[in-house]
Amino acid sequence: MNFVWAFIVGGLLCVIGQLLLDLTSLTPARILVGYVIAGVILSGLGLYQPILQLAGAGASVPLLGFGHLLAEGVRKAIEEMGFWGILTGGFMAAAGGVAASLTAGWIAALIAHSKDQN
Amino acid sequence: MKHLSKKEYSELTQKFSPPSKVGRNCLWAFAVGGAICLLGEILRQNFLSMGMEKDLAGLAVSTSLIALSAITTALGWYHRLACHAGAGTLVPITGFANAVVSPAIEFKCEGMVTGVGSKMFVIAGPVIVYGVLASEVYGIIWYFMNRF
Repeated sequence: MNFVWAFIVGGLLCVIGQLLLDLTSLTPARILVGYVIAGVILSGLGLYQPILQLAGAGASVPLLGFGHLLAEGVRKAIEEMGFWGILTGGFMAAAGGVAASLTAGWIAALIAHSKDQN
Repeated sequence: MKHLSKKEYSELTQKFSPPSKVGRNCLWAFAVGGAICLLGEILRQNFLSMGMEKDLAGLAVSTSLIALSAITTALGWYHRLACHAGAGTLVPITGFANAVVSPAIEFKCEGMVTGVGSKMFVIAGPVIVYGVLASEVYGIIWYFMNRF
């Protein structure tokens, strides 16, 4: 059942993105930024945790999950180190994913050659 | 040139008009986005059954999907899928990784420092900047809410 919910919730979150692409003039970069900010807000309001509970990777893999990760990181960091956690929490939580992306990008650039995008 | 009757013309406009296109795009986005998340969940259950903690399993899933996205981006497959799947390949973390890897490869010709090193952040940069800013704003609210 976990798998079904992961597919449905993940798919629906992508459909929202597709509607934004097709029906508004938002660029992909703006949609990604919007998703991360929305993830922080939803997590802050406590609305994202139940979705995560239900859908697992269906909620954590879309970029809303990245926003949730940032918000959760800030909460944890503030609990551990007080005020200064406001600054460190987000980056600490995001560090793994961002570092993995940058490393992957760098290695890919080293090995691969750009292809004709058409 | 072939002349079109009104009926044929309306059929043609129907065929190319936005509503059906939006519907088809959404179906693609749902199927592909859902499939990527399903793959993530399968990986997550595997990592969890290997005895990983929840947080660590999440990171392992992200890293796996990022690696997969980097490989398929380098091979040019991700772009081909994205032509159909639209937001289905944009919204998952694989889309974020694609947005890092794709310009990194593209701007290799401008050098490893000012090409690869900086162009990686064309889309990832704004995402990180606004994500961290949003988390700080939320952190300030959370901090003062818990103090009073």
